[in-house]
Amino acid sequence: MKKSLRLAGALVCAAALTLTSCAEAPGTGGASAPPAESPSPTAGGAAFKACMVSDDGGFDDKSFNQNSHKGLLDAKAELGIETGQVESNSTADYAKNIQSMVDANCNMIVTAGFLLSDDTLAAAKKNPDVEFAIVDNNDPKTYPAVTNLKPLLFNTAQSSFLAGYLAAGMTKTKKLGTFGGVKLPTVTIFMDGFSQGVDYYNKQKSTDVQVLGWDAAKQDGQFTGDFDDIKGGQRTAEGLISQGADIVFPVAGPAGLGALQAAKASGGKVNAIWVDTDGCVSAETYCSNIITSVNKVMDVAVRDTIKAAKDGSFSNEPYVGTLENDGTGLAPFHEFDSKVPAELKSELDAVKADIISAKITIESKSQPSA
Amino acid sequence: MSPEPRKRRLVIPWSDVLITIASIVLAFIVGALLMIFSDTEVRSKFAYFFARPSDALIASWEKISGAYAALIKGAIGGYGPITETTAQAAPLICAGLGVGLAFRAGLFNIGAQGQAVLGAIVAAYIGFTWHLPPGIHLLLAILGGLLGGAFWGGIVGWLKAKTGAHEVIVTIMMNYIALGLLAYLLTTPAFQRPGRTDPISPIVDWNATMPRLEGGQLHLGFLLALLAAVAVWWLLDRSTIGFAIRAVGANPHAAATAGMSVARTTIITMFLAGALAGLAGVQAALGPSASGLPVPLSLGIVGSIGFDAITVALLGQSKPLGTVLAGLLFGALHAGGLAMQSVAQTPLTLTTVLQALIVLFVAAPALVTKIVPFLKPRKTRAFGPVPEGGLA
Repeated sequence: MKKSLRLAGALVCAAALTLTSCAEAPGTGGASAPPAESPSPTAGGAAFKACMVSDDGGFDDKSFNQNSHKGLLDAKAELGIETGQVESNSTADYAKNIQSMVDANCNMIVTAGFLLSDDTLAAAKKNPDVEFAIVDNNDPKTYPAVTNLKPLLFNTAQSSFLAGYLAAGMTKTKKLGTFGGVKLPTVTIFMDGFSQGVDYYNKQKSTDVQVLGWDAAKQDGQFTGDFDDIKGGQRTAEGLISQGADIVFPVAGPAGLGALQAAKASGGKVNAIWVDTDGCVSAETYCSNIITSVNKVMDVAVRDTIKAAKDGSFSNEPYVGTLENDGTGLAPFHEFDSKVPAELKSELDAVKADIISAKITIESKSQPSA
Repeated sequence: MSPEPRKRRLVIPWSDVLITIASIVLAFIVGALLMIFSDTEVRSKFAYFFARPSDALIASWEKISGAYAALIKGAIGGYGPITETTAQAAPLICAGLGVGLAFRAGLFNIGAQGQAVLGAIVAAYIGFTWHLPPGIHLLLAILGGLLGGAFWGGIVGWLKAKTGAHEVIVTIMMNYIALGLLAYLLTTPAFQRPGRTDPISPIVDWNATMPRLEGGQLHLGFLLALLAAVAVWWLLDRSTIGFAIRAVGANPHAAATAGMSVARTTIITMFLAGALAGLAGVQAALGPSASGLPVPLSLGIVGSIGFDAITVALLGQSKPLGTVLAGLLFGALHAGGLAMQSVAQTPLTLTTVLQALIVLFVAAPALVTKIVPFLKPRKTRAFGPVPEGGLA
């Protein structure tokens, strides 16, 4: 017994010796340079503290939460402010997680996601001296009255329209598949835009490309039920593929990774269009199956909002990301750059210009009203 | 406190208590190591450990002490944190009692999750659909939830008694059915909040919300959990049904020979176990959250209460008092875990790992006595009485 303990101790020491080596301590060479401090609030940011609460996807969801969180990290690096963050485990956590950030003396709290809207609104009313921002929700009836709550919105119907047009031009089977995570307006807006982009392509080219998984007229389609169920995402994608879809458009956060797995397993027959972030960066193992991604540039919006709050120019006016202000758009084609015909690329540019100039109107009841 | 029944001498199992404390300490030590090794900033200071050990040691100490101070402060540091602990513990105690009661009858009830979901569905439905005067509304919603859970558990007992279907498989499947049922109901007009397209219910009426004391999270739910524990103690140790439950758990054949109906006992046990788990669901649906209002019915409403309850019941050795204490420990870890995240910025996953480590060490007393040999009881005996009937 004792012996085995001593042996374990010796092993730990040996490991410590080999692993840690004997690097020189920073500052030992230079005369009086103090050792690097951990990022301190003294760097000019005074005591401004920006905080963030995730929904149950967590900050590592390769999608929505992660991108918003990047905005917080960027703000920290750029402005030298203090930050705080809490990840939610379930719906029941939202209210107390937001409260815990209020208790941690945050000056500004950003909540990631539509799901936190009730609790964010309640917390904003209860704590008028804390500034709040919520990604992805705006209720024109109640929000304008709350002066310390700024909605950050994204008209992703515009960029999804481009994705739909692109997919319709790329499909060989004339069938496209899409599915969502949960039937939230912020999810279905992608699907609306996508299917209208396909419709527009059909009208322009007199083709008959079908969209499976979303019926824009009935506002109903396929959903995995949550944002974490990767297996469920894979099953749903496989269902769409077996019906003939050769391009899938998952709007389901991490659950959408299942669709990428299904695409990868098809050996190049099926490809995908990713959402929220550039899939070739956030989920790079699947890059060879990702034609493009519908970007929703939340990090910039979050960072700018925090910066404004720090500078004292916070306002509760909603921010709406569009194609025009680059708040949303298509990511680079990466490995598909050579496979997308030049003609289609220039058509996409034309369609984009038409959307910006309102020559093409997109109708989705989920579109944010600024 | 459950006084020992009959004339048994009250023996405080000191070695058990010490081993439990030692296992918690050990878990904290392993957790501390994980914190040091998972933090790139602290780890980078170990790179020049031999050149200037103070840097690494100070950074490690600050990291660990900060995190554990936050954990303890968030769990028991004042009225607010303590009431948060009780609020977190209450549903775990209820569901843990349900799982523990079934253990005593030799039934492995994995279905607390589904039973809690059913409890939450019924309680929330009554809560937001009916509009009744204060008192009556809450009472009916609670009773409805109890019955919902009892019904879900009763089905399992009935299937087991009448067809011999194994309760482990049946309860696991019933969990899926309950979750699927909830997902379906939330898309129907009866449950979905008007104007929303996502699966979320209206907010429960104020009259059906569990009253809480101002300034903290202490609400009726914790009182109900304690009452449930007393009721289970009375049932098991004082009532005829309880005697039958324990007899069937110890040896069903002997119980049958003695004239007890194993089938009837199984059904009753699962019915009651379901009701207790249903009470956990009621708390999830009607208990006030930090904003003062209950969390509206949605897919994640009960979280993982039903599965944590299995651990709570095992940790509490299926005894009512043990379950209450285990539930409080878990509640404290939940409440403190949030503070570790928000105050000390420890990742959520690490707090979950810490909870798992504590359970692991508590559940493996032989390992603890091996690491800390002087805690070994003089007389060699198996640690802790195995719940009567075991887990088989």
